[in-house]
Amino acid sequence: MDKQEYKEYVEGRMKKSPILKNCFHAFLMGGAICTLGQAFLELYMVLGVERATASTLASITLIFLAILLTGLGVFDNIARLAGAGTIVPITGFANSVASSALDTKSEGYVLGVGAKIFTIAGPVILFGTMSGVLYGVIYYLVTALGG
Amino acid sequence: MKDKIIYLAREPKISACYTVVGSKESNGPLGQLFDEHCDDDKFSKDSWEKAESEMQKRAFAGALKKSGFIDTDVDILLAGDLLNQCVGSAYGLLDFDIPYLGLYGACSTCAEGLAIGACLYSGNIIDLYGAVTSSHYCSSERQFRYPLEYGGQRTPTAQWTTTGAGAYVVGSEGKVAISQVLFGKAIDMGITDINNMGAAMAPAAIDTITRYFEETGHSPKDFDLIVTGDLGYEGSEILKDLLLGKGIDITNNHTDCGLMIFDRERQDVHAGGSGCGCSAVVMGASVIPRIERGELKKVLFIGTGALMSPMTLFQGGSIPAIAHLVRLEYRGE
Repeated sequence: MDKQEYKEYVEGRMKKSPILKNCFHAFLMGGAICTLGQAFLELYMVLGVERATASTLASITLIFLAILLTGLGVFDNIARLAGAGTIVPITGFANSVASSALDTKSEGYVLGVGAKIFTIAGPVILFGTMSGVLYGVIYYLVTALGG
Repeated sequence: MKDKIIYLAREPKISACYTVVGSKESNGPLGQLFDEHCDDDKFSKDSWEKAESEMQKRAFAGALKKSGFIDTDVDILLAGDLLNQCVGSAYGLLDFDIPYLGLYGACSTCAEGLAIGACLYSGNIIDLYGAVTSSHYCSSERQFRYPLEYGGQRTPTAQWTTTGAGAYVVGSEGKVAISQVLFGKAIDMGITDINNMGAAMAPAAIDTITRYFEETGHSPKDFDLIVTGDLGYEGSEILKDLLLGKGIDITNNHTDCGLMIFDRERQDVHAGGSGCGCSAVVMGASVIPRIERGELKKVLFIGTGALMSPMTLFQGGSIPAIAHLVRLEYRGE
């Protein structure tokens, strides 16, 4: 059996992740997080905050909750079930930063936390910023030409 | 000895084993059999790496005490773990006044240490040796995968690194002898999925087992147990299936340390346990005591290890694996 045949054999017999079940859980948990975010938005608006600020406050509240739950050691247990439901919303990003920070604390604040806090979130920040710049340039060119 | 089995003219015997595990392992099916467990997986230390060293220290101190020897009686310590530069062992065994050799064989380290020591013993170079191995779920998760509190999902073929350390004192006294040794070759069948290490390691086990039976002319029926460590569910199934295709049927007497240590369903460990501590504690707490009592007379222990690093995987490399075979026999009354 050569490498290619072995690879096909292994992939053929490997039990796959239960995609439908995972999607269902992700839908429920992702939906619940978004509903919670909406509830915070409404709450802040009822308290007299204007819409744009209330929206930022709602995001910050979700980030805070995700980091708190990460610190309490609960987030990963929820995420094990929810999968993309917790990773895709802003909660996933907060967890990836907070968990890296917690993990590297033993190497100190400079060489540990400082150097490694963005180990997982780093690519998102880098390429997110770059695509933002690219989008801005395209937007500028299109509006300049069109307008 | 190229490709050959090493028949040990002077057989070393396992005088004592001592096992230390974490909380999850002590809640598993073998929980009652381990010598010591700690509900605090940090073992009262301030980092996971120090916790792992502490386990090694407790394990070897325990084995020494059980054997009745003191550290200066021991000629050499053969120890290893999963951490970079084998720091778990180097720091953990600092307190003992014994020459030390650090080993890296990933999950095969327990078999590797027992086997190298057996060869030195058989060649009259040493009279008493210690073999110590450990792994810690938290320290290896940090090194090989994601931060501990990171919220991700595991695939069905993923294995769970055992938190545990097993130590053996081996010399001239004891009822369990090491009679033969066959060192494995590093084999890479192109598997790149870190979440399917069983599939990466199975070909190495197949190679070693096939070579063993071809040279000796024995068949699996001649053994009470053939125990691999740690292929987990996926790797064990591949091993049995592909060996059967070669005419070697081990389906009736094969087991795997990664399948024994956890209850896969109840403890949510997917394909089972892994890590060099896994075979070290399962052999030390379950299999070797059964040989000592005479319940098992002839056992083949095949330690299997996946020899990758996160860096080689990021570079697109596949996972080489190795399997060392140690034949254990009952030498009681």
